[in-house]
Amino acid sequence: MTIEKKEKEEILESQLAPGHKACTGCGLALAARTVMNTAGKDVIVTAATGCLEVFSTSYPQSAWKMPWIHSLFENSAAVAAGIEVALKALGREKEAKIIAQGGDGATADIGIGCLSGMFERGHNILYVCYDNEAYMNTGVQRSGLTPFEAWTSTSPSGKVSWGNPTEKKNMPAIAAAHGIPYVATASVAYLKDLEKKVKKALDIVGPKYLQIHAPCPLGWAHEPWDTIKVAKLAVQTGLIPLYEMENGVITSVRKIAKKAPVEEYLKLQGRFKHLFKKPGFEKELERIQAMADATIKKFNLM
Amino acid sequence: MKKVIEGSMAVAEAVKVCRPHVISAYPITPQTHIVENLSQFVADGELKAEFLNVESEFGAASVVLGASATGARAYSATTAQGLLLMVEVLFNIAGLRLPVVITCTNRAVSAPINIWNDQQDAMTIRDSGWIMLFAEDNQEAADMHLQAFKIGEHPEIMLPVMVNMDGFILTHAFEPIEFIDQKMADEFLPPFKPELYLTPKNPLTFGVLAEPDWYMETRYRLQKAIEASTDMIEEVADQFKKTFGRYQGGLVEKYRLDGAETVIVSMGSVVGTIKEVVDALRDKGKKIGVLKIRTFRPFPKEAIYDALKNVKNVIVMEKAISLGATGILYDEIKAALYGKPSQPKVSGFIAGLGGRDIPKESIMKVIEKGEAGISDNVFVDLKENLIGGK
Repeated sequence: MTIEKKEKEEILESQLAPGHKACTGCGLALAARTVMNTAGKDVIVTAATGCLEVFSTSYPQSAWKMPWIHSLFENSAAVAAGIEVALKALGREKEAKIIAQGGDGATADIGIGCLSGMFERGHNILYVCYDNEAYMNTGVQRSGLTPFEAWTSTSPSGKVSWGNPTEKKNMPAIAAAHGIPYVATASVAYLKDLEKKVKKALDIVGPKYLQIHAPCPLGWAHEPWDTIKVAKLAVQTGLIPLYEMENGVITSVRKIAKKAPVEEYLKLQGRFKHLFKKPGFEKELERIQAMADATIKKFNLM
Repeated sequence: MKKVIEGSMAVAEAVKVCRPHVISAYPITPQTHIVENLSQFVADGELKAEFLNVESEFGAASVVLGASATGARAYSATTAQGLLLMVEVLFNIAGLRLPVVITCTNRAVSAPINIWNDQQDAMTIRDSGWIMLFAEDNQEAADMHLQAFKIGEHPEIMLPVMVNMDGFILTHAFEPIEFIDQKMADEFLPPFKPELYLTPKNPLTFGVLAEPDWYMETRYRLQKAIEASTDMIEEVADQFKKTFGRYQGGLVEKYRLDGAETVIVSMGSVVGTIKEVVDALRDKGKKIGVLKIRTFRPFPKEAIYDALKNVKNVIVMEKAISLGATGILYDEIKAALYGKPSQPKVSGFIAGLGGRDIPKESIMKVIEKGEAGISDNVFVDLKENLIGGK
């Protein structure tokens, strides 16, 4: 009874308040709540257009308990930069830490110019990319972080196609190439790890980039109760490596205890359903398995 | 103190005395000298501001948006393609009710690429919710900046303001400029203290999702605010005169309108040339005058009707066109007169696109044509030999 009460109080005190309109099993909502609760109250937060903004700020309601601004799809990083220099110019820089947020489309595609500028100029901002691997708010279209051969409504599988023809853009490497002090990947399947990375990032002065793998039951077509299971398998297959880079050097990786075959991960999701239907699919599975194995080797995950 | 300086420098000096906290811009001709001068002021410690070099005009507009929302006085400058790259943010700044000030050094829009002056850039963003002022000369351009911050930051207005000045013709021209005294500027323009801004001390959500139940009302309030700025623009111009002794603002300027039968309506630096032509014609006894549109948004339709109601011929000369329709100012002047008891004849002329000179002789020809009958969408000084065909 006391435990239940405590949990309830914790949820109500959450910096991303309950009552928002995210779908059941939304990985992004869980990721955002964890980031915000770890960051605490003294923050100013920006967001790109996308699910996060839409499900949490439908006027006259707002789920955000901290100062929060959404401007456009592609300028979360630049608006955050404006906030940072304004605080400096007004002598209020000790008032708040700044977190900029965006989905994978806002980060890796349309907003990459503003994000690159933010990195280059060395702003003291944590940029969080919620990676659910497509434009989900618009109805599951492909983004630069959509994985190889995944179905989306603009990278469908067809008679002559297996789905998305390109591999996931390596955003953490692009971020690291700017020479920023901290880059990390995380997953909603490992919340303690995520919390640790948020805390660490916020203690570092300069631009920080954190990419959180966050399943989307709607876009990935998996059961809402399988979000954590799917997220965990992404990591255990090696497809989504969890690591930290400090000043361009990998300083930690999350080891895989027991490697899972990619088939196990893919089969849970409707977006890869076509891979198991067409003749010749075994070869495609082999290609994806080879990608996972290469990542495991590259990051020394086992 | 009067000094002969470049128009861009005059604007930079004026912006400096406004004490902006944050300046962000991306270089683009003919805006560049303004931000170069401002960055030098910051580098020399003459201006205590954050000067942020960004990756694009889109980034610059986004930075000043974020800065303004945090409670800072924020400034940028741009032109043409840069302005168009900012467009999405410009609408957003107005929608968020942030009193950012931007100088637009008016320039032609591509294609073909052309860096010289016309006003197509600014006229293209006329629906974005910005207050838009147009300067005739560099003194006016400089003085408009102090007024721009004061108008925009008024608690009942809270809107961004764009100060327009013709690229090259003004920005790169040297004219004697009355410098603005810092002490007087401080008296005229107090520090920016918005009621609502981003701070953990009072957490607010900015830039929400407004569903159909709410969106229209926000646009209505935006419209009401920009309409309300009509009076504020005049009031601030009066205050400016009280402080600095110059009347440098307001909605329109009536030049030799007494008993005028023909009036030329225009905006920007060409008004200076038109005034000279009108002076010469007045000396010959011709009843002619000029109506300068200083404030284009809000469109001062009442002041315009009031100035033109007793006139026979109205000749609109402008440096922009809504392609597939007509000159934009021409269209709006006609709309301001429509349905009113007095209906002057209105003609429309497109002139000076892409930096084409507008000499006095061309203005004379325009007057003759406008008085002879209604002319619609006439391109002034077209080179027939370059058009080919008919």
